[in-house]
Amino acid sequence: MAWFRKHLLTFAAMVTMTILLLPNVVVAIYSFNKPNGRFNVELVRFSLDAWKHPCGTSGICDSLSLSLKIGLTASLVATILGTMIAFALGRHRFRGRSATNLLIFMPMATPEVVMGSSLLALFLNIGMSTGSLAILIAHIMFCLSFVVVAVKARVATLDPRLEEAAADLGSRPLTTFFRVTLPLVAPGIAAGALLAFSLSFDDYIITNFNASPNSITFPMYVWGAAQRGTPVQINVIGTIMFVVSVAFVLGGQLVSARRARAAS
Amino acid sequence: MAGTRATEDLRLVQISKEFETFTAVQPMDLTVPGGSFFALLGPSGCGKTTTLRMVAGLEAPTTGRIHIGAKDITATKAYQRNVNTVFQSYALFPHMTVLENVAFGLKRKGDSAAMTKARQTLDLVQLEQVATKKPAQLSGGMQQRVALARAIVNRPDVLLLDEPLGALDLKLRRQMQIELKRIQSEVGITFIHVTHDQEEAMTMADTIAVMNKGRIEQLGDPATLYEKPASTFVANFLGQSNLLRAQITGAAVDGVMPASTHDHDVWVAADRVPDGLRDVWIGVRPEKLRLGDAGRNQIKGQVTDASFTGVATQYLVAMPWGFELMVVQQNDGSPRAGVGENVTLSWDPGHEFVLDQSQAEDAGSGLVDG
Repeated sequence: MAWFRKHLLTFAAMVTMTILLLPNVVVAIYSFNKPNGRFNVELVRFSLDAWKHPCGTSGICDSLSLSLKIGLTASLVATILGTMIAFALGRHRFRGRSATNLLIFMPMATPEVVMGSSLLALFLNIGMSTGSLAILIAHIMFCLSFVVVAVKARVATLDPRLEEAAADLGSRPLTTFFRVTLPLVAPGIAAGALLAFSLSFDDYIITNFNASPNSITFPMYVWGAAQRGTPVQINVIGTIMFVVSVAFVLGGQLVSARRARAAS
Repeated sequence: MAGTRATEDLRLVQISKEFETFTAVQPMDLTVPGGSFFALLGPSGCGKTTTLRMVAGLEAPTTGRIHIGAKDITATKAYQRNVNTVFQSYALFPHMTVLENVAFGLKRKGDSAAMTKARQTLDLVQLEQVATKKPAQLSGGMQQRVALARAIVNRPDVLLLDEPLGALDLKLRRQMQIELKRIQSEVGITFIHVTHDQEEAMTMADTIAVMNKGRIEQLGDPATLYEKPASTFVANFLGQSNLLRAQITGAAVDGVMPASTHDHDVWVAADRVPDGLRDVWIGVRPEKLRLGDAGRNQIKGQVTDASFTGVATQYLVAMPWGFELMVVQQNDGSPRAGVGENVTLSWDPGHEFVLDQSQAEDAGSGLVDG
């Protein structure tokens, strides 16, 4: 009984982890399947076919590369703009500051369906055609809010005396920014950028409203494919995405652990 | 090269600072002699930190000029001034090691020996063993010394210390006071120390400027400020004072002047009385009052409180007109008085200070005669 009580937390954690990770494991297992017919729902036979030809189904790698391009561009632009906005909101008092705060928050609170359809209406009204560019603009718009929130939280904890101390020690404003401010805010910026990328890469609803037949993103491809059958390649790419994300997180943990050890 | 350079005076000329809603510093002149340990002492909100920040270049003065030696540095930015600050919160860079923190200023100047000099300075503050640690891993006292090393390694013309010991506990504070004094005499840089702790200022500084409401009330060495305060504020802010309401009643005879306080005739040293003043405060420090009639000036009263503090006994003695005087008597074997006992208090002329009665008696909050 005492043993049980002692390990209750471990046990609960393991159950939670299992529930969370099970879907990913299923996806990974089915990526080695060779299904009968078009739907990958029954384990039939072990095969590496899909892993050998991840682009084997027409359109899948085009959609993946489009999603990656949009994701990277959107997160880059949103991170740069969002960081600047976060500094402005966190550091300066100006007219319209609270209005800006509210407007930045809006995209997070608005249902995606509403935002997607509104954006479509806007693009049509100003005579802009739907497609990759429209998707990119939409993604930058909603990613921006998340970057601002992540960076602003970090800016708020930054002691303004540190920048004064740097200036006091003979550091010019630009040097101070790169040597003191940026390194201290960097974790917030990195978190914002990662969040922005995964939101953009993942988005279906807003993207679908503003897409054209030539701009099929990966989520749209998967959704579309699911109507007609699910190619095993989807599982392959899904598994790769999962492994890459986990590697990123582990890498980050490792770096900070080593830093902590080096410092002590 | 740094060692041979003569330290130059810092001169503030008619400097003032107004913020949107209030005036932090009234126009004032101040000269801090090169190489001295100077303290700006005052209660919070008196403008001492604002003055310091103007010297550092972190705040632009509304009027006035700042000179170091012959150079006018008023228009220069903080990063262009050869002035360094030890901040109250230390403001150490958390993402850098102790050594990187200390070398930061020299590196900005492109000093190729930055790391060597930083190590030497860490040696001076006895922290060479923690050079590779991050500031967060150090104790408050150690962080304080890193902040000090980071500033003095640059050999500034003036080193500014903004309540640098405020966050330390009492014992550590005493240690650091001695340490700071040692380092100052070793490096010979002008130190300007901002504090609200009068004891700290008196222990460390060669010269103290007492500030109140954006003005310098009095400037002088600690002993002068204590023995001859120029205002009731200084009298009450530096140590305890008994202020008696009195009138000068005659001319000087043999260096003393007759005065009357609540129908008691007393004598005060003539050179302590400003010319032509009649209505005055006579101030007597608690340790200058004695129980017994050994002194020339005598007042009778009743002990209302006696507290034994080890080296001394502190009494409150009620006067016939209701006012209570504080008396501190050394435990030197002289007889002690009990609560309720009628006693005679006495002091000699010359042990008092005399101030204009038109000043607010409770400035700086002390014991005040009704």
